[in-house]
Amino acid sequence: MKRFNPMSYFLFALMLLWPLAAWAHVESGQAGGFLSGLSHPISGLDHVLAMIAVGLWGAQLGFPAVWLLPVAFPMMMAFGGMLGLMGIPVPGIEVGIAVSGIVLGALILIEKKMPLFAALLIVAFFAIFHGHAHGTELEAGQNAMLYSLGFVLCTGTLHGLGIVMGLVHRWQFGRLALRGAGSIVMAGGLFFLWGALT
Amino acid sequence: MAHLVTSGLGPFYDGALHLAISPDDLLGLLAITLLAGLCGARTGRLTIIFLPLAWFVAGLAGLNLPVTIDLPWLSILSFLVLGVLVAINPKLHPKAVASLAGLFGLIHGLFNGSALAAIGAGPLALTGIVVTVLVIALIISAFVVSLHTAWTRIAVRVAGSWVAAVGMLMFGWLVRGTG
Repeated sequence: MKRFNPMSYFLFALMLLWPLAAWAHVESGQAGGFLSGLSHPISGLDHVLAMIAVGLWGAQLGFPAVWLLPVAFPMMMAFGGMLGLMGIPVPGIEVGIAVSGIVLGALILIEKKMPLFAALLIVAFFAIFHGHAHGTELEAGQNAMLYSLGFVLCTGTLHGLGIVMGLVHRWQFGRLALRGAGSIVMAGGLFFLWGALT
Repeated sequence: MAHLVTSGLGPFYDGALHLAISPDDLLGLLAITLLAGLCGARTGRLTIIFLPLAWFVAGLAGLNLPVTIDLPWLSILSFLVLGVLVAINPKLHPKAVASLAGLFGLIHGLFNGSALAAIGAGPLALTGIVVTVLVIALIISAFVVSLHTAWTRIAVRVAGSWVAAVGMLMFGWLVRGTG
């Protein structure tokens, strides 16, 4: 028969004490702020497509782009969000978001290799549009800290999802599948551009 | 700290638990300990000495202050600076990182101490906070020091960039004034 580690008894006893401590510190609105931030980046398919595309393209470009692009995007997206929160206007937000899907999708489709700096610039440029759109849409009264944390975590997770999907790049069929995914992102971008212009 | 609520376990645990559920303190603490871990074992050792010590000393000073100090922009600045440092992972001297940790501890200790004084809590609650700081700093920096494969250290640097991103968003919230 399997014996339990003494540590597991200790952890179980600790868990029994947990509800008392947790209830004592209940604060309303905190979870709402975090969950609201967490759900905001996935509230629009145009954003989701672009963020996954960044991960896919990073995986296609290989090291070090695979981790530098997903670092650049959330940071510049946060910068764009900051501009939006501060009320600093950026022109053509919706068009910029749609074009980001088209450009990133096309780059994945043609499996474009380019200098790291140029790739970073492209990603950083489009991230500002996405961030600004989120920044101007934020509701007042949220817990700023937890909202921001949820927002950044979700963005990074979407990039991570793109990277994991992009790992198929090491196989021949995977390369083709990745290029196919690029065409889907591009088609999505064109659809959203149509919506933004009409 | 203004929302410190009794846990029923005594002031020491009130303080300890409060830090564990205070993201404002935790995020900066995470960043400075990630940085210390990335810079190596010696830096980690210095950090786990200077950080809680500075936090405690400044906390004691804060307990005697007649006003509550609340400077959100200073927390935001610490997220930005420490987050960027973790992300770019520059070669920093252990004493430089320990000094940064000490400065961070001084600032947050002062915040915590003055807020504790405002609600009538004493040194025991502060001790709870500082012991939690020590435990968290020890665990995180030791964990990061133990990471040797490239991708794990990259993951730490990505986490640093996320802390900086949170700092930028919070700056926007601060300017907008509705957070």
